[in-house]
Amino acid sequence: MSDFQAVKISERVYWVGAIDWALRDFHGYSTSRGSTYNAYLIMGDEPILVDTVKAQFFPEMLARIKSIIEPEKIQYIISNHAEMDHSGALPEISKIIHPKKIFASKVGVQALSDHFHFMHEITPVAHGEKLNLGNTNLSFIETKMLHWPESMFTYFADEGILFSQDAFGMHFATHELFSEQNDQAILREEAAKYYANILLPYSSLVLNLFKSLPSLNLKIKMVAPVHGPIWHREEDIEWIFGLWQKWAKQEIYPKAVVVYDTMWQSTAKMAVAIADGIASGNFDIAVKVLPLTGGAVKRSDIAFELLEAGVFIIGSPTLNQGIFPTVADLLCYLKGLKRKNLLGQVFGSYGWGSEATKILQEELQKLAIIPVAEPIIVRYVPTAEDLAKCFAAGKHIAKTLLQKIEI
Amino acid sequence: MKYICNVCGYIYDPAIGDPDSGIIAGTSFADLPANWVCPLCGVGKEDFTAIP
Repeated sequence: MSDFQAVKISERVYWVGAIDWALRDFHGYSTSRGSTYNAYLIMGDEPILVDTVKAQFFPEMLARIKSIIEPEKIQYIISNHAEMDHSGALPEISKIIHPKKIFASKVGVQALSDHFHFMHEITPVAHGEKLNLGNTNLSFIETKMLHWPESMFTYFADEGILFSQDAFGMHFATHELFSEQNDQAILREEAAKYYANILLPYSSLVLNLFKSLPSLNLKIKMVAPVHGPIWHREEDIEWIFGLWQKWAKQEIYPKAVVVYDTMWQSTAKMAVAIADGIASGNFDIAVKVLPLTGGAVKRSDIAFELLEAGVFIIGSPTLNQGIFPTVADLLCYLKGLKRKNLLGQVFGSYGWGSEATKILQEELQKLAIIPVAEPIIVRYVPTAEDLAKCFAAGKHIAKTLLQKIEI
Repeated sequence: MKYICNVCGYIYDPAIGDPDSGIIAGTSFADLPANWVCPLCGVGKEDFTAIP
């Protein structure tokens, strides 16, 4: 018998996924707690596999399936999301199962074909379509750009289970499949990090999804995403749905995020003085100081910090008439995530040309971040007076942020 | 006339425009700049279809 067992999660559904304890970098997203790839097996007259796992975890998924059923007895496969951490094992498992049909959204048919240059005919299902496979009643909900064009949910009506692919998921390797078995603080952090790094640019669609959900009349008793734990207590489903709606609104919070890189500690000193200014006095504002130096803080962790922040304060020394490459990397990343409504402040030291802060000020505009004030600039090494100016700028930033929140 | 993005399903409605990209309400699809892209998925105007 294999070590890998299926885990029963409802009367008829088993988790047959894989746990990736070692994952630390998900195409640039720093996954400090690993991840899971959740595949599900719906048992019935005609068993159905919902999603698969990353290709290298195919043996693990297969072993878990075999602990319940001979794989050949599976009749259908549903692909809710074509990204390879969920479709990677599809070609291999299809060769063993020989499914009668593989289902995907219309766009998913093309996306899977473009990935695997295929192999097996894919049957499109439409938004709202209902499908009865033996004693299993399913319906499909297109969730375009949440977070890929082909993304969809599958709803297993008999048990009220929403297979939500990446939605409501997180990168968190755990044996504890149900959310309530895990530390809620970790769940909140990893769910927020996932939202900030994957879903944020599609926030308007997240809000639309919640607007349209009631009209679908689903009786959701369980939400089963493809990464991280499953939500099955009413209060937990409400909790994660509530968080997603809150994040999708992209409100501003009393929190300042100070990010910088530095050559000879001048820009670092400025960062600390600005942060001290924000933290001083009676301002009820949280401050995070995040150095990029030597990869100290990862870009995806900064995206996470900005999700529940109000002001982004970014500093770079001038290096050969430009900004630091680490700072450029971060800005390139943040541009894609489109966090709205933030205030901003630019700072930096320079030697003979202060190009970096000019570039950063332009970059803030491209990020649709509203500058609080003109860039704070110091030649070579900050004097006590310069640092006092940074401190005062911090206080000004704090006041401006609080005013904006109150409006 | 409204246009739908073939890739992601975003609908361009001239009555709303695309304020985040600086496109004011009342701008017809034809009058969008050539470099305008879908605000959701980033494809160009050529990937849009008119909704009759």
